[in-house]
Formats: sequence, C-alpha cells, structure tokens
Amino acid sequence: MRAETFERRVRQALYVARRWHPAEIAFWLLAFAAFLLFPRNLLLLNEIAILALFALSLDLILGYAGIVSLGHAAFLGMGAYAAGLFAKHVGADPLAGLVVGMGMAGLLGLVTSPLVLRGTDLTRLMITLGVALILYELANSFGSLTGGADGLQGITMGPVLGLFDFDIFGRTAYLYSLSVLFVLFLVARRVVHSPFGLSLRAVRDNSLRASASGVPNARRLAAAYTLSAAYAGAAGALLAQTTQFVSLDVLDFHRSADLMLVLIIGGAGYLYGGLVGAIAFKLLQDLIATFTPQYWMFWIGLFLVLFVLGGREIIHGAAKAAAGRLARLGKGAAR
Amino acid sequence: MSAALQTFGLCKSFGGITATDHVDFVLAKGARHALIGPNGAGKTTFVNQLTGVLRPSSGRIELMGEDITRLPREARVKRGLARTFQINQLFGTMTPLEMIALVTSERLGRGSHPFRVLDRDAELVAQTAEILNRFGLDDIMDRRIATLPYGKQRQIEIAAAFAARPSVLLLDEPAAGVPEAERRELMQTVAELPDDVSVLLIEHDMDLVFRFATRITVLVNGRVLAEGTPEETARDPAVRAAYLGESAHV
Amino acid sequence: MLTILFDGIAYGMVLFVLGCGLSVTMGLMNFVNLAHGAFAMLGGYVAVQAMQRWGVPFLASLPLAFLAAALVGIVLERLIYRPMYGKSHLDQVMFSIGLVFMAVAGTDWLMGSTQQFIHLPSWLQGRFEIAGVGIGRYRLFVIVICGLLAVSLQWGFTRTRFGSRLRAAVDDARVARGLGIPVNRLFALTFALGCGLAGLGGALGIELMGLDPSFPLKFMIYFLIVVTVGGTSSITGPFFAAMLLGVADVVGKYLVPEVGAFIIYALMVVLLVTRPHGLFTRARA
Repeated sequence: MRAETFERRVRQALYVARRWHPAEIAFWLLAFAAFLLFPRNLLLLNEIAILALFALSLDLILGYAGIVSLGHAAFLGMGAYAAGLFAKHVGADPLAGLVVGMGMAGLLGLVTSPLVLRGTDLTRLMITLGVALILYELANSFGSLTGGADGLQGITMGPVLGLFDFDIFGRTAYLYSLSVLFVLFLVARRVVHSPFGLSLRAVRDNSLRASASGVPNARRLAAAYTLSAAYAGAAGALLAQTTQFVSLDVLDFHRSADLMLVLIIGGAGYLYGGLVGAIAFKLLQDLIATFTPQYWMFWIGLFLVLFVLGGREIIHGAAKAAAGRLARLGKGAAR
Repeated sequence: MSAALQTFGLCKSFGGITATDHVDFVLAKGARHALIGPNGAGKTTFVNQLTGVLRPSSGRIELMGEDITRLPREARVKRGLARTFQINQLFGTMTPLEMIALVTSERLGRGSHPFRVLDRDAELVAQTAEILNRFGLDDIMDRRIATLPYGKQRQIEIAAAFAARPSVLLLDEPAAGVPEAERRELMQTVAELPDDVSVLLIEHDMDLVFRFATRITVLVNGRVLAEGTPEETARDPAVRAAYLGESAHV
Repeated sequence: MLTILFDGIAYGMVLFVLGCGLSVTMGLMNFVNLAHGAFAMLGGYVAVQAMQRWGVPFLASLPLAFLAAALVGIVLERLIYRPMYGKSHLDQVMFSIGLVFMAVAGTDWLMGSTQQFIHLPSWLQGRFEIAGVGIGRYRLFVIVICGLLAVSLQWGFTRTRFGSRLRAAVDDARVARGLGIPVNRLFALTFALGCGLAGLGGALGIELMGLDPSFPLKFMIYFLIVVTVGGTSSITGPFFAAMLLGVADVVGKYLVPEVGAFIIYALMVVLLVTRPHGLFTRARA
C-alpha cells in the first residue's frame, strides 16, 4: 500500500539522521587507541579529554538550544570543588565523587536557569558572566573551605572501580576521563536525537514558532541548561580527581573564554565540534607555549581575531571539502 | 451550544493607542469565518491575543467554553488552538519532516522524553507521514526548509499548524506574499480542511475570502464594524465606506 | 560615612566616562565591544608615559590620553571593526575578547606588568574639610571634570544636530540612512569619541582604580554593567547606572570588605533579571 511504503520512507529518513557514521566510529577507536599510541603524552591527552567534555557541555546549550554563556566556568568550578571536597572529607572513590560533582553543578544550573531564560543575548552574556564572577568571589572568600588563593590541596584519590590506581604517568587518568567522556557522549547523542532534543532545536531556530507548536520553551531550556551544567560539573570533577588539586583558576574568566574559542574552532551544533575543537585548541596552546610561554595569551587573541574575521570560512571550508571527499569514499550517504 | 472560540469585551491598548476596542466575537463550531478590515485595523493584534502572544488589557477569551485568557501560549495549543503567521515562522535549519515530526511529537506528549527514539515511535511516524502526504510535502520532506520556494513554505506553515490537530485554526493572511501561480494550490489546501476544524481566516485577498468564508466579520480601528454573511457584508454601506479607496471585489 | 559616599560618587563619575562611550556605540552599532577597556588602558598608559618621559604636566596629559585613544579607535574601526558589523553577537564577543587578550598580553610585553602610578600636581593632592566631611581634592576634581563632561555630552546628545542624527541612527539605522543621515561616518566618529572618552577615563581613573595590563579584564564587567543597566539609548541612563554602581561598590567594600566585590555582581544579576532591558530604557515591546 502506498501509505505503508511512505511511512517506511519517513521512518528511514528519521533513522538516517541518527545513524552512526563510519567517521565517528573511527574517531572513538582512535581516541582509545591513543592510549597505546602516545604513552608519553597521556597527561596532555587527559587534559584534552576533560576540555572536550567541558566543550560538549557548552555545545548542548549553545549549539542545540541557542543559549550564549560567558560564564560556563561556574559549573566547571562547582564540579571541581564539590568533587575535591568530597574526596578530601567524605570518600576517595572517584565515581562517587564524579556523581557528587555532576549533581552539585546540575543543581547550580537548575537554580540559575531562570536567570538565563529572559532577556536578550547580551543580558544572558552579562548574567552568566556575573554568576561566574560571584562564584569566583565566593570561592575566594571562603578560603577555609576552598583553600582560597592557594587552592584545595591534599586530595588523594582512591582507585577507579576499586581496581585502577591513579599513577603519575596519567595512564589511569586518561582512560578514566576518556571513558567518562565516551559514556556521557553516548547519552548526549541519544538526547539530541530524541523528541526532547528536537524541541530544543525548535526553540533555538524560532522560539515563537516553537511555543506556537506546543513547546513549553522555558521548561525545555531549563532542563537543557541543567544537563549542560551537570556535564560541565563532570569535567570539573575529572579535573579535580586526575590532578588532585583545585585552584581558583578553575572559575576564572579565561576558562569560559577559551571554551567559546574551542567551540568556535570546532563548530557548534553537531556534538563533535567541542571534541574536535578541544584537540585543536590544546595542540595549538601546547605549540604556542613551547615558543612563548609567557605571552601565549597574545597569540590566542590574535588567532581568535583572525579566525572570526575570515579564517573560519577558510578553515571550515577546507575541512568541509575534505570531509565531503571522505564521506563519498565511506559507505552510506551522510545527512 | 457553546462556540468554538469566543471573546467577551476584549480590549488592548498600547500606551495611548487602542488596538482592540471591546470586541465581542464568536467563532461557531465548524465555521468558515473570515476577519477582514483595512490595514491597521488590528486584525493581527486580535489574533495575537487569541493565541497568547499578547496579553489583553481587559476582556475574556474562551476556547470550547473554557476560559483561556491567562493560559500561556503552549497550553492553548495543547487545548486545540493553532495558528499560522502572516510572515512565515518556520524552523530554518530543519526539514519539513523534522518540523512536522516536532509538532506531532509535542501533541503526542513525547516532547519531554530525552531518551525516546523518533523512528521507533510507530504512532509518531504514522501521523507525521499522514500530514506530509496530505499537504503534498512528501517529495520535499528531506530538503532544508530555508531552500524551499515561498509557496511551499506557506504550505508547511499551514501543515505545521494542522499537525497540532487543532479544533480551532487561525490562518493569518495565508496567501500573503505567495506568487499568483502558487496561490491555487494554497487555496485548495485551505478549502480541503476537514469540517471538524473551525477556521478563522484573516485575509486581504477578497477572492479567497468570498470563495472560502460563510461568515465575515469586519474590523475597523479595533472595533467590529459589521458581521454577517458575505452577501450581507458586501451590501453594507458602512463597510463600503470603510473600504473606500481599497480595491475589493465588492 | 559621607566621605565614603563622596568617594563613591567620584568613582561612579569615572565609570560613567568610561562606560558611556561603550553604551552609545553598542546602541548605535549593535556591536558588543568587550575590548572597550583596552582603550581605557591605552589612555592611562599614554598619560603616564607622557608625564614620566616627556614631562607633560598632568592636566595636559588628559587630552593627550583622549586623543591617543580616539585616534587608535578611528584606525581600528576602519580596519578591523567594520567587517564585523554584520556578524552574529557571538562572533563579535569572541572577536573583542581576542582583542582584549592581545591588548593585555601586548601591554604586558611592552610596559611590564607592574602597577603604574601617576604623580599628581600638588594642588590636587590631599584633602580639606567642609562641615566635618573629608573631601579629597583629586576626587573633587574628578567629579567636576566628569560632571562637566556629562552635561556637555547630554547637551550634545539632545540639543545638537549631530546628537539628533545620532539618536535617530540608534533608534533605527535603516530609516536614518533612508533619511539621508550618513550613518557610516556617524559610526566612525561616535566610535572614536567613545574610545577617546574611555582613554580619558582610564587616565583619570589611575589614581582611583590603579593601572596595570590586566585592567581591561578586571573592569570589563563594570563597563558592561553600566551599559546593560543604564541602557543604550540615552546619556542619562548610563550616568545613573554608573553612579549606582560606583556608590554601591565603594560603600559595599567599606561596610562588608570580605564579600565587597560580590555585592556588585549580585546586584547586577538581580537588576538584569527583573528588568532584562536595563533600568532606564523604555522596554521595546
């Protein structure tokens, strides 16, 4: 019957949108293989994985829900301090600390979500910036709890899953961070392709039409913001646990600014932008730091300016051309 | 027998300007009702209040006998009130398939589920397919909306409103901006809407109005000037005076 | 206590001069320029260098600071800001953050990272008493200068042809162009003026706020508060916002020193949440 075949076409079209692309599988295989391929850079790889998770969290609200934030470091810091304090005073199990970090950051996101739902992009930028600054000042003031400017020290972590101790080479650290990133990525991927994820895209594209279609905009955005905060908190917890140290730097403005740069490099709205951007950013940072450790901020700034002025079109254009050629080689049509 | 949609003394003013002036309006069940009036009469403002985009200064709105004056926009959609916009309001990065799927998923209550899979939802797929088919969107369902011709976008606008399975459908100038060649298909779509949907049409195109509507309300300066059948309205001297200077097939 | 209030007013005046340029350019160009603080920093360093290296007296260094910042503003507007006008707000934010990073690091490399000090002429040093209230001479000077500036800016904004063209362009650039107003030239001039004012504010503020390469980052939030709370369509809006901010910050830091800074941020968040379009703009429904 014609109706049935058309239904099948519709189902197929919806399925294709969420199907795993061979490039994705290659990406993750490579990520895990890096453990064996680059045994001497595991500490750097660990940093990349954490930054990637942090970027993924911002992509969820920026790329999919259209919310701009200049203060996402607030959630990174919340997760880091929560996990660090948990390890120091309650229990040294990493996974428990991870849950605590995510929970606290998510809670902060939930509580602050009403603030970002109103106003223009500019007021959102201001409010998110303001919240991060408030948190920074609070962490600074309550030095007895957080260690203040000296940082939270004396964190010793127990073994992951009771089996794998953290070592100075970063072996456990990288696999731990990467696994957490992978699991959370899978969850995010599912969410993004769900009816909920579709409604987020609707709100981002046209909030008037979204509410005219029955979408409760504010509630969905709040939920997305909370999820994003929890993910950022996870990144913070990983940071605290793998470096066994938390400093005020985790709440600093440059964290939020660097994060935006990461997403801009990689592109927002397709989940891999944060991951790709994190790799590019960290490598770029590492490269610059070897030449001018003191003034890398200048080169990052220059890169940012040139990138936005026109470099993005050049880089993304080249990347798209290369990806297009790869897609034609691989089996199945990309979206 | 309660009306599908009714307003009681609806008023809206912006500062010193009264856009809606004590409007008592009745949309009967199954109606094919048109709202006309010169530019600036307040038609879109009226519709914006009905759908919850604007809050009225005073007055009451009832949908199927239920007071919806204070309800937020999305709640009214859930209760069966849908609209199209004068200027297309679509989801630019989506395909017609995704857009219709979105409206359908919200209606089916799937919208808050973060872990469901769209293509495994049989009901969602079936109903999305039905809408796409009905509005002739099947061959373009996978193309990005932003790349489609204006007439097709207008079709999607109506399809999306219809996908919410409304009991009351408000069409705000559906033919606006649609090239002559594509108007026929659009008018056909409007004419083929099922009888259980009560339709309020706002239009400047008198051709469409007289072909489609069984009842007409004339709005001038935010007040109801006249109401009746198309023939009665065409003969009404006050209406003719209000339209003096405007080209109309009266 | 009144002395504290007086100090707060002086501080607020400087914040006004610093922030009003940003306010107008944002309203006019719809451009989020987070690098505004860099122009202030430039003015400050020019004033210090002029006084230390070339022996320029303090009063003369102020217009120098203004001019230097305005000139750099004109050049940069032409070269790199103009291509950014049509881009998304996010891009503009990232672009200006990049500029700030460059300015901060560049200044650190060029001038070193130490605090800069200004040697005030003797007639501006010290304080005198009026009815038991301590009045700092420099702060009084600042209040007078900035007050005069505020009045002339307000007069220029509301009573001159330039001002009315500016207001028209802020309201609706497209219509303004249609009316024959040279919007692009208006942009450039206003941007230069805004940068010049920032430079002047930077020089004036050294004594009150300090000056080092991290100045643009430290005070970015303050300028943004002036703009978002004060709105972008008037001179009076940012003026009162700056006053509010200055007094609140100084009084807060005095009364509750441990959490002083965070009062400002909390206040800002509360204000923005209750009035997302700023305290002083008519909400554009």
